[in-house]
Amino acid sequence: MNESLLINFAVVILFLPLLGFIVTLLLGKKVSKIFIFENLVMLIGLILSIVLLIAKVTTFNNVSISSEFMWIDMGDVPVIGQIQIFLGLLLDDISALMIFVVFLISFLVHFFSIDYMKGDIRYNRYFAYLGLFTFSMAGIVLTHNLLMMYIFWELVGVSSYLLIGFWFEKKSASDAGKKAFIVNRIGDLGFLLGLLTLFLTYNTFSFVEIFTEISQGNLPLNSEFGLTITGIFIFCGAVGKSAQFPLHVWLPDAMEGPTPVSALIHAATMVAAGVYLVVRIFGILTADAMLIIATIGALSALIPATIALTQNDIKRVLAYSTVSQLGYMIMALGVGAYKFAFFHLITHAFFKACMFLGSGSVIHAMHHEQDIQNMGGLRKKMPITYATFLISAIAISGIPLTSGFLSKDGILAGTYAFGTLTGHWYFPFIGFLVAMMTAFYMFRLIILTFHGEPRNKEKYEHAHESSFIMVMPLVVLSILSFFIWYTPNPMDPEAGWMYSDWIKNPELHTPENLRFGFMQSDVTSVITPPGEHRIMYSETYTAALHHVHGSAVFLSIAMAVLGILLAFVMYQWKKISADILADKLKPLYKFSYNKWYFDELYHKIFVAGTIGLSRLIAWFDLKVIDGIVDGSAAVTKAFSKSIGWFDDNVIDGLVNLTASVSAFIGLIFSKFQTGKVQTYIIMVIFSLVILLFLFKSF
Amino acid sequence: MMEQNLLLTYLLVVLVAGSLLLLIFNREKEKLIKYFGLGVSLIVFILSLILYFNFDQQQEGFQFIHKFKWIESLNISYHVGIDGMSLLLIMLTAFITPLTLLSSWNGITKKIKEFTFFMLALELGMIGVFVSLDMFLFYIFWEAMLIPMYFIIGIWGGKRRIYASIKFFIYTMAGSLLMLIAIIWLAVYSSDLLGGFTTNLLELYKTGPTIERSLQGFMFLAFALSFAIKVPLFPFHTWLPDAHVEAPTAGSVILAGVLLKMGTYGFLRFNLPLFPQASIDFAGIISVLAVIGIIYGALVAMVQTDMKKLVAYSSVSHLGFVILGIFALNQEAVQGAVIQMINHGLSTGALFLLVGMIYERTHTRMIADYGGIAKIVPFFSFALLFTSLSSIGLPGLNGFVGEFLILVGSFKSSVLGSWWFTVFAATGVIFAAVYLLWMYKRVVFGTVTNPKMEELTDLNFREKLVLIPIFILIIWIGIYPSTFLNVSDKSSETIIKNVLQPQKMELRIDE
Repeated sequence: MNESLLINFAVVILFLPLLGFIVTLLLGKKVSKIFIFENLVMLIGLILSIVLLIAKVTTFNNVSISSEFMWIDMGDVPVIGQIQIFLGLLLDDISALMIFVVFLISFLVHFFSIDYMKGDIRYNRYFAYLGLFTFSMAGIVLTHNLLMMYIFWELVGVSSYLLIGFWFEKKSASDAGKKAFIVNRIGDLGFLLGLLTLFLTYNTFSFVEIFTEISQGNLPLNSEFGLTITGIFIFCGAVGKSAQFPLHVWLPDAMEGPTPVSALIHAATMVAAGVYLVVRIFGILTADAMLIIATIGALSALIPATIALTQNDIKRVLAYSTVSQLGYMIMALGVGAYKFAFFHLITHAFFKACMFLGSGSVIHAMHHEQDIQNMGGLRKKMPITYATFLISAIAISGIPLTSGFLSKDGILAGTYAFGTLTGHWYFPFIGFLVAMMTAFYMFRLIILTFHGEPRNKEKYEHAHESSFIMVMPLVVLSILSFFIWYTPNPMDPEAGWMYSDWIKNPELHTPENLRFGFMQSDVTSVITPPGEHRIMYSETYTAALHHVHGSAVFLSIAMAVLGILLAFVMYQWKKISADILADKLKPLYKFSYNKWYFDELYHKIFVAGTIGLSRLIAWFDLKVIDGIVDGSAAVTKAFSKSIGWFDDNVIDGLVNLTASVSAFIGLIFSKFQTGKVQTYIIMVIFSLVILLFLFKSF
Repeated sequence: MMEQNLLLTYLLVVLVAGSLLLLIFNREKEKLIKYFGLGVSLIVFILSLILYFNFDQQQEGFQFIHKFKWIESLNISYHVGIDGMSLLLIMLTAFITPLTLLSSWNGITKKIKEFTFFMLALELGMIGVFVSLDMFLFYIFWEAMLIPMYFIIGIWGGKRRIYASIKFFIYTMAGSLLMLIAIIWLAVYSSDLLGGFTTNLLELYKTGPTIERSLQGFMFLAFALSFAIKVPLFPFHTWLPDAHVEAPTAGSVILAGVLLKMGTYGFLRFNLPLFPQASIDFAGIISVLAVIGIIYGALVAMVQTDMKKLVAYSSVSHLGFVILGIFALNQEAVQGAVIQMINHGLSTGALFLLVGMIYERTHTRMIADYGGIAKIVPFFSFALLFTSLSSIGLPGLNGFVGEFLILVGSFKSSVLGSWWFTVFAATGVIFAAVYLLWMYKRVVFGTVTNPKMEELTDLNFREKLVLIPIFILIIWIGIYPSTFLNVSDKSSETIIKNVLQPQKMELRIDE
């Protein structure tokens, strides 16, 4: 296998889902079994992506392979010179790993949906949309430039729009789709501006070319501020897509879509695209930009976690949990814990997809009941769903032996180290607090859903374990939530292949004076092949990380256990009544239950504001601008009328004398007035010819 | 003279002959008349394809030039020729006209003969505008084109058609008068320099830039007013919603698809090359108006209750983009503006077609009357979504390419020199998503509340035949815009070069 074959693999992987989408969409009405084709395509894609990943981490480790073609050729542009815009693919460690994750989850979700969506009137259409989504997501992952990323970024937005609003008969569903699309566009505005800033400076969108320029000291807009602002602009795209504060409001509403869609798009892949974007541009972030990113991430980790504590809709709890976990990843990137952030992206994708599919299994069994207050006791009816859900919940809580422990603990240690190095202690503080909350609300969810006595007997009686087709993905995903796939030592992710072969330290291109102190290269930089800018973190950071590791592990386990215990005390053993507590802390409870009133606030300010402004402008348009036009017509008319009066009474008196003469002449000429267009046209042509001759003879 | 050079004249002759021949037809034979009109417009389309294949994309300047003396005393010639930009617009015109004829197959029921005649006459006027290289000839086509449009709105329009057609006619006519004065002034001014009176545009290109700066400003404004009304640029846009709403579908499509482009074409063909200094001086002000138009049009569109009016205001917004692209005065933006002219013709044209198709069935354009029709008319719903997404500027479809290039260009523009144009224009992209998706949601999604909608029938074969060619182009431009960008590459480059670095040209009349 050689490099060009590998990149051709990537091209095939990219276009397979598109093929699936087109075929399934076109034949969906005629061939009822066409969804099998879509599933088959995804299976092939998955197999290819596994081959790709293995080839990448073995034979082609450390090499980046790219391939491009010219999309727009502006040629020689006045003043600037050559402008050509290329599109292309890039295969490196992160894209190879990420494409595998995308295809694995996408395939499992496809498979799960075969049963889950059974009986839907737009069954095949659903699979077609899943294909479109996978294509768009693959484009984001495999691209070698920011423009193509942006293009597929928007395509992902559309497939998300279509899938959220899949049951468009429901008003809430079509509203949610629209909301998701528009809120995402707001973030994308920033992304676009970042893109333009880079293009303005470098006339290219290619990651590699831009990074090379920056590491040579050519900063965007020729200023340090330019580099910071570019990073923040691009990050805005991530804020939208990864549902970060303050644009997080669309994700909980997006739960209106079919549950497998929530698993695929709104938990594992699309929302992770924002994190992936920051991972991609990590090398050009300045310390200032990183601090802002970390702050947004921390807020996004904290706020939704407090909301998830009191929600009763099984999917909403998971949705807020997703925002919170994405906030973790973003915060981790902001504090420089790059490897852990990307690692958490992967582990979270598996266990959160597992939980969403699990909730789908529950909802399916309960005949579309989503309120956990009406559940309970399902453990006995749905043992496999319960077991897989439990494993995932243990993983997300960060209990040892799970993947979640490895990645989450890394993030917490990263924020802790960051605290010791820079004094920004609120990041680790929020990190550990959220860890506890996460464990609490997850086990609250589990206890209320699966433990205790059924609170809705009738629905409970009808509930049953789901079919093999729906259970198989749950099992696969929960198995992937154990440590063994990532490292042989359950306490130390660094011991495994994940960090040696798959996720490597990033290359930094930001000028040293703009980085955090601990990210500056020093003598301990790993020796790299010549010509490569593979600058490792300095010893200070590594040392700080090692220093805090022990206490971070202890603290994070303690927090998780505390959270789980509290959930059991309150909901399982009922030593503390949740209702009484809620009553005592009524303002806080209401604040959390009503999601901090974000939706109401945004609706009052932005939605009502825009519509009010629009109405005002529409009125202005009709009354003022058009009023001036009509007004000038009226003035002209009035003027004409007064002239007309003069004409009637004064001039016409004279004219009347000649009236009889005119009448006579008119009689003759009226013969020509036939009312037929042909005659007129012939007359026009005739007169034109005469006119032409007249002019000629001058 | 090479045979090829007569191609443009053939194009005009086919239309003249076609429309005259049509008059001989018996008005009872409606079917025959329809097929004949469609046939003529298809021949024109084929001719435009021949033009495309014989056009040399690498060559600067005008091609297919055909010129002979017309009014010798005033040195006025019949003088036609095209560059890449006009070729694209001619192809757009030739592409859209047969589709609109096909779209009004059943929608127009009275005076079919006259309708077909006016449509062909309209096409003649439009193509004439795009090929004229003599200011006098240009002005004749420019004004003549108003007449068929006036009748199309006035005879086959909606309830307030008389008001709308008169407003359209007088508003645009008033704008043109100043231009006529400016043309005459320019020709007289040039006669001193060139040693003879001429309305030959290629000669005036040499003299225009030599006009003293303040006078150039007046000349610029005289031309600009006429074009700004046609575009329409905020605040000269109020004729547009009325005309669009009252016009029959075919009229709206042509109006949005091609007629508005004559304004933007005018800026590129006349204002920029004739008055480069003034173009730079006024770029800021005009761009401000353009950006206001982008946001203003979008906001007004948002609260419309009539679908057609919504689409009409969206045109104001989209054309703002084109104007911004033109006055960013660099090649990326101008190329973006040119491709955006085509895009707008396709997307908004298709939106009007769709609104027209559903209107033919229900006789209402009120958004509130619809709802939940997705299940009843799936193809229509798909088509409306597809077109809306194209209009929103979804990457992968045509709208994105134009908007993106315009944003890139305006962002880089040294003439505008501020990011804010781009930032505000880009918010227009968000608003576009808001008003179109909101409309889409209210029309297509949800459950059926109006029992009349239960009986809707989905688009028939003819209607699909009208839409699918447009959709193919929408995807084509979205995925591989170079096919089209390359055509206008040299002409955009020339225009920009002449504005930014006006060349001293030898002043004498080439015979």
